[in-house]
Amino acid sequence: MGKKKTPAINSSSTADIAFLLLCYFLMTTTMGSQTGLARRLPPMPNPNEKVEDQKVNRRNIIIVRITSSDRIMVGSEPTDITQIKDKVKEFLSNPNNDPNMPDKELKHIEGYKDVMVSKGVMSLQNDRGTTYKTYIAVQNELVKAVNELRDEYAIANFGKPYLRLSEEQQGWVKKAVPQIISEAEPMDVKANR
Amino acid sequence: MSKFGGSNSKKDVPGISSGSLSDIVFMLLFFFMVTTQMRETENKVMVKIPEASESVKLERKDLASYINIGTPIRSLQAQYGTDARIQLNDSFKTKEDIRNFVASERESMNEADRPLMTVCIRADQDVRMGIISDVKQELRRCYANSIMYSARKPAE
Repeated sequence: MGKKKTPAINSSSTADIAFLLLCYFLMTTTMGSQTGLARRLPPMPNPNEKVEDQKVNRRNIIIVRITSSDRIMVGSEPTDITQIKDKVKEFLSNPNNDPNMPDKELKHIEGYKDVMVSKGVMSLQNDRGTTYKTYIAVQNELVKAVNELRDEYAIANFGKPYLRLSEEQQGWVKKAVPQIISEAEPMDVKANR
Repeated sequence: MSKFGGSNSKKDVPGISSGSLSDIVFMLLFFFMVTTQMRETENKVMVKIPEASESVKLERKDLASYINIGTPIRSLQAQYGTDARIQLNDSFKTKEDIRNFVASERESMNEADRPLMTVCIRADQDVRMGIISDVKQELRRCYANSIMYSARKPAE
């Protein structure tokens, strides 16, 4: 027969299309990675051991309270959420060496130098009725305050923002500007306290 | 061979059909689609994760175990009510079950990785802190001290 065979449709590109789809799914499923705020909880005190009083000097502690109606108090004054960061930053850095603000101590950082490290501790207290959203927002502000202080430290000492430092330098900065957030045992925070 | 020696030899040898290649790749694709769906446990609580601009990536995803806290999904509300509940693996649990959950999660890990275990608390943003404090206390009791509050970066 003189009938010519029609050439088959080139199907090699279907593989490419399928590969693209595959890559798409591979990407999107790994892209949904978990993000969040990492914390370490303090170990549960052993009831058999005598609890030694971990007295932290009053001036070294800043208390952030969230009441059951989601109002925020820093120290004893009601504060808006946008102001927490500045208050905490001022507290932790203590630029004027105010006696009511945290002590600094000279600490040697391995491989680096001796630096003045603030002893400030942020204590976060919440009520059982506080909403999680507010709690996370406040946590976020505290972390932001520390991150900005680290950034400032990095720029002052290394001339670069924190994220662009080498891993070793980041470790030093982390030690020079520690992030100590104490999440208190659950207690009821009275709105009028 | 005489078969190829004849006049037929002028004809083109048909190329290797690559049509099946796409089938193989599609099979791979389906494999990934299915497994990635299977890994996530079915959510029985509605969780709208709060926003936090300073959230960081979870470093070792394989070392994380998840605790979901939120109100039950609509189809289960008739059965379980609308109060915030704790979901571990695939079912609703109470806070007393966290101890067993942590123990079994720890058991399924490499010995070397056990101290690095992170518990990821995925809680709805409208949940009250009471239930989360309970969970935290329970976690402290079972020495799962490394936790992570699940949060997402706000869209810029």
